[in-house]
Amino acid sequence: MPTFVIFVNKVWRKKDDTLSYLLSRIPSRAHFAIVELEKIIAVIDFAIGMTGRGFGMQKRNKWRRLSAWLLLGAMAALLSGCGELMVMDPKGPIGSDQRDLIIISAVLCGIILVPVLALTAWIVWRYRDRPGNKADYRPNWAHNNLMETIWWGIPIVIIIILGTVTVRYTYALEPSKPIESERETITIQATSLDWKWLFTYPEQGIATVNTLKIPAGVPVKFELTSDAPMNSFWIPQLGGQMYSMSGMAMTLHLKASETGVFHGSGANFSGEHFADMKFDVHAVTEEEFNEWVSDVKNSAPALTLEGYEELAKPGKSEKLLFSSFPEGLFYDIVTKYVVKGEGGHGGHGGHGGHGTPDEANDGSDAGSGAADTPAASPAADADASHEHHAGH
Amino acid sequence: MNAEHYNQIFTTHGVIMILFMAMPLMFGLFNVVVPLQIGARDVAYPFLNALSFWLFFWGAMLFNVSFVIGGSPDAGWLAYPPLSELSHSPGVGQNFYIWGIQISGIGSLATGINFIVTILKMRAPGMKLMNMPLFTWSVFASCTIIIFAFPILTVTLALLFIDRFAGAHFFTLDAGGNPMMYINLIWMWGHPEVYIVVLPAFGIFSEIVSTFARKKLFGYNSMVFAMMTISLLSFFTWVHHFFTMGSGADVNAFFAVTTMAIAIPTGVKVFNWLFTMYKGRIRFTTPMMWTIAFIPCFVVGGMTGVMLSVAPADFQFHNSYFLIAHFHQVLIGGVVFGFFAGLYYWWPKMFGFTLNERLGKWAFWFWNIGFYVCFMPQYVLGLDGMTRRLYTYDFDMGWGPLNLVSTIGGFLMGIGFIFQVWQIAYSIKHHKRDETGDAWETGRTLEWSIPSPAPMYNFATLPQVIDTDDWWVKKEKMKNGEALPPAPPLEPIHMPKNSAIPFIKSTLWFSPASASYGTGCGWRFLR
Repeated sequence: MPTFVIFVNKVWRKKDDTLSYLLSRIPSRAHFAIVELEKIIAVIDFAIGMTGRGFGMQKRNKWRRLSAWLLLGAMAALLSGCGELMVMDPKGPIGSDQRDLIIISAVLCGIILVPVLALTAWIVWRYRDRPGNKADYRPNWAHNNLMETIWWGIPIVIIIILGTVTVRYTYALEPSKPIESERETITIQATSLDWKWLFTYPEQGIATVNTLKIPAGVPVKFELTSDAPMNSFWIPQLGGQMYSMSGMAMTLHLKASETGVFHGSGANFSGEHFADMKFDVHAVTEEEFNEWVSDVKNSAPALTLEGYEELAKPGKSEKLLFSSFPEGLFYDIVTKYVVKGEGGHGGHGGHGGHGTPDEANDGSDAGSGAADTPAASPAADADASHEHHAGH
Repeated sequence: MNAEHYNQIFTTHGVIMILFMAMPLMFGLFNVVVPLQIGARDVAYPFLNALSFWLFFWGAMLFNVSFVIGGSPDAGWLAYPPLSELSHSPGVGQNFYIWGIQISGIGSLATGINFIVTILKMRAPGMKLMNMPLFTWSVFASCTIIIFAFPILTVTLALLFIDRFAGAHFFTLDAGGNPMMYINLIWMWGHPEVYIVVLPAFGIFSEIVSTFARKKLFGYNSMVFAMMTISLLSFFTWVHHFFTMGSGADVNAFFAVTTMAIAIPTGVKVFNWLFTMYKGRIRFTTPMMWTIAFIPCFVVGGMTGVMLSVAPADFQFHNSYFLIAHFHQVLIGGVVFGFFAGLYYWWPKMFGFTLNERLGKWAFWFWNIGFYVCFMPQYVLGLDGMTRRLYTYDFDMGWGPLNLVSTIGGFLMGIGFIFQVWQIAYSIKHHKRDETGDAWETGRTLEWSIPSPAPMYNFATLPQVIDTDDWWVKKEKMKNGEALPPAPPLEPIHMPKNSAIPFIKSTLWFSPASASYGTGCGWRFLR
């Protein structure tokens, strides 16, 4: 077993090299590809030939060439298709890692999948009940220790490899973990309402509805909550989703590596007009971002508390911009259900634990603090709330 | 279709397909086949069995009544609070949901108990546990899950109802309630539930593959062990339905690995089915065709399941069409294909005549081509960021063409279904009687040793079991002129009397449910 662990570690350390090697092997010129594919097809053809059902030589060459082109076409369609798919075309580090993980797991699954499908086709063909089928028939052969050990073993090995990869990535990509960067992380608070998204920028003091602007290259810490049934905050090209739930603040760290406009949506069904809970994410340069912030500050209306209450009522909404929002609005939403004076946890029975690395507070202390003095220490409230999910 | 209507449709689609389609169809086969396979005359508790059926019947009827009066539930098939709470779903739809499922769920629990006792206590003389046919084993594994999982559902729905009816705060947002509790509880039932319906399908495939490959099932011990492992593991994976709820890396890593682990016994079963066919003689009858089609379909579905179990990658798959495609592939490829295979296989035993194979093959090809046309594009749509339960999306998202392809696939499967209805109607009219009782000629287990359709008392004298493939071995012995164990003398048979009491008792359950409908309406008027 130790040898095996060493092997997995080795493969792990080399994974980037291996991946880039595999990618470099994907031939760029069609002609080269055809030649390579023909070789593969020749092997398959040879195997079929062994069963005595091959074509004549000339026919066979034609058949090989045709299948090669068909295969190439299918692969090209698949690859070009994948290139345009949001999840497979990430624009940030989290999304890229998740894409890599999807490819790794797909390849590991493929290692089992392809032989099993081929084996199925071969067995079904070879042992079909036709007069004159000379294949072996052994009606009472039903047990073989070696063979059964092998097929208990293969899936176990694959699952151990994939399990190791998964556990490592699970810790590496834990959403509450900040993204390492030279640039300072900015915070954006997202609140899911019936049926629109409210984004508040605590550092800039502005708010938006159903539209989001972020500086590219700067890590963003999204704090998520809900003032309506639970939803899920998802920007596929930046990274995976996270639930937004009432009574707590979840943390999701994302970063856009380049500028562009990305699709974002609420991914978890939350009632009648759930389908309209989509937003666009504009990743712009830092200068453009700052310019936009001051524009919004100067030209957009303010979001008052009454305005928020109106906004929170069930209904659809256009894209909106606000030059300011009531101070502590997000924390008021998060702590809305805290029962005052009972000293309990903030409505969600949280278990404390280690905080996110950037907040070294002790979870349980902060938790009771949240319940006792919600108004006095809004920052502590937020910490306590997302400590709940970051807790180990 | 407007948003509200669409939301009702997908909610009721999910509930009906899982609880009022997959479950009762499988339970129907339990009832037909298990007593025949173990050489019993009936189940252990016939009265309870009738009660189970009528509870299911009234549960399903109550749920369907919602289409006509009051409005259907529209909070998703698992009715997550707070959306399903009075605060966000004040209508009566959720009450129909709770009571429809609650009533039939109690019936399911009773069925689970009934079949466990039947299998443990009523096997024919000579049949040890490790001599049971694989389908019976699969029913045993499935019922084991039922008796541990369904009480969780009963309690969860009861708490939700108390929230709605009596203003309690188990799952509300305010007053210390916690919706996350519901999500955990419902999936502690919900995940085992999928194994409850798919394990019997595994059993069906095991019977069929061995019958039509004319070969002993490969790796019987492995198969039994794999199934019991699956039924145990099914209780340790529920969190994979909400990796994105922020449980932290420790919890997610644990449940990711347990989820993947289920692939191991399942993979072993696939290899054993393949090697049952290896060195056999495969006849392509309709049950066998569905079985062979199941293997690639389920292997692909299983692999995408493993991909989904990778927790950090699931952050990208969750709630998307990738997930939708996955679970339709395993549920249709596993459960529906399994049920069709089983229905075709045991049809002559149930009704005493065979179905037209030609029409069955037309149905098969429409279904299978339609299936891939329908669900393969959905994997791609999921990777392109399309989430589930959208009643509308913008044209410029570019999801239109693939959705159109998917719809065409759906219609192809619909044509397949029409062929099946035609097949049954045609066969009723022009049927060929099954006079031997062993309609496929290569039957291996006890049910093929008696006339078709099975007489009310099943077995005139209880069979003396000598082998797992008892009927096959006895046929071989007869061919070779060897002696069979002597049949015991004929004795009077005691059978349960017919009784209307289960029907009446179960309708009584209907009334509290109707009352809840009334109060639901009342509240609406009072407001």
